[in-house]
Amino acid sequence: MADNVKPRVRVPRSAAAGEAFEIKTLISHKMESGQRKDSDGNPIPRSIINHFSCDFNGENVIQAALEGAISTNPYIQFEASIEESGTFTFTWQDDDGSEYTDSKDIAVG
Amino acid sequence: MKKFTLSAAVAATIAIFAGAASAESNSAVLTIDGQEITLRAAAPDYIDVDEVISGWSFRTAETQALQMDDFDNPGMIFVDQAIDDWNTVDGSEGKSCASCHTGGPEEFAGLRAELPRWDEAQGKVMNMEDYINLSRVEHMGAEPWKWAKPRMDAMVALISLQSRGMPINVAVDGPAADMWEAGRELYYTRVGQLDMACSNCHEDNYGVMIRADHLSQGQINGFPTYRLKNAKLNSTHARFSGCMKNIRAQPFAVGSDEFRALELYVASRGNGLSVEGPSVRN
Ligand code: HEC
Ligand code: HEC
Repeated sequence: MADNVKPRVRVPRSAAAGEAFEIKTLISHKMESGQRKDSDGNPIPRSIINHFSCDFNGENVIQAALEGAISTNPYIQFEASIEESGTFTFTWQDDDGSEYTDSKDIAVG
Repeated sequence: MKKFTLSAAVAATIAIFAGAASAESNSAVLTIDGQEITLRAAAPDYIDVDEVISGWSFRTAETQALQMDDFDNPGMIFVDQAIDDWNTVDGSEGKSCASCHTGGPEEFAGLRAELPRWDEAQGKVMNMEDYINLSRVEHMGAEPWKWAKPRMDAMVALISLQSRGMPINVAVDGPAADMWEAGRELYYTRVGQLDMACSNCHEDNYGVMIRADHLSQGQINGFPTYRLKNAKLNSTHARFSGCMKNIRAQPFAVGSDEFRALELYVASRGNGLSVEGPSVRN
């Protein structure tokens, strides 16, 4: 696993049924693009988060494929609305095979 | 049936924008998660401006916004990393910061506002890096951390955050007075191929555009700052060094007596502003 990777998410504790709210996610990651060279001129291998997904109670909400031009510490923000209480789970996949997850509960009402 | 409405935006944390001239923000107070930050204050009588102004006021709306919500502030990533270090055992004594400072980093609320300051027990002017390394070396039996490197900058950010919103209150008299004078001297001394002093930009010309950058007063109340330019925390000495390079001067070394004196003096020019670190700048 890459160094110092830490996922952070912000989801409101509660929401009104059917009403859109904001979800913010950020994962610290160096997102080495694969385009750079080290001081000896050797290419630095690509090492990025290549995929992000968010599920709610087991159902997919959003997926994103991330590419080499995305900055360090990718920040992804989106809106969702739900009809029932439950749990959002967030998953980031690293080029090196590691998977980082986080989850947040939310209540309707 | 569950229904999702989505309007997804994948935004990069690094915004690149043209240096459009932006009027400096006139607000006096910035609120971050309920905490009030003083952006403008009456200047201390020993400096030649009427008002001291936080660097935040000179940044573009996009950059300012990143500091207005801790979730959006990329500097907080490093604060999180420092919390891990806080709890990590290191050195011959088998201790972590948490072993002794049992109240957590919160114990240090107020410290950042007074630094650098004369420390009677140490017999010298101490800044945050000094205190952290004092504990690492003397109390933990661990290697000192290098200044202006990620772990040190992150720990400085974590401890600074505990004082956020408190007024900067750096003493300019007493045993620190000589060093303060030396710092003032450096601030007004022209150096480098461009033959400029800190004051030429940050006192005589703040508020104007220099190339694509909106010149601020060069305050350090917001340090360490997360810079969009290099996507990491930047220490005061690293920033001083960058400014000296920009005027084609040979910068003093990070941690040198010169930069220590300059830090004390520049910190005191911000007396009355709030501790703001980790702030966000371009
Ligand atoms: C073995 C106990 C011990 C450990 C471990 C320790 N400290 Fe300390 N620390 C002290 C003592 C005692 C002082 C008071 C100054 C002195 O006597 O050196 C102090 C002072 C400080 C101060 C200055 C506080 C002030 O208000 O003047 C800071 C900042 C600090 N420590 C940070 C840290 C950090 C960060 C770590 C972990 C990297 C750490 N300390 C680990 C014992 C410890
Ligand atoms: C040629 C003009 C120039 C000179 C001379 C100069 N700087 Fe700067 N400085 C800048 C610019 C441009 C910036 C970035 C925009 C801003 O905050 O003003 C900056 C930023 C800073 C910042 C960051 C402010 C913040 O809010 O984060 C500090 C601190 C600083 N300078 C200190 C100094 C010191 C100390 C000196 C003298 C050694 C110095 N500068 C000399 C142009 C200059």
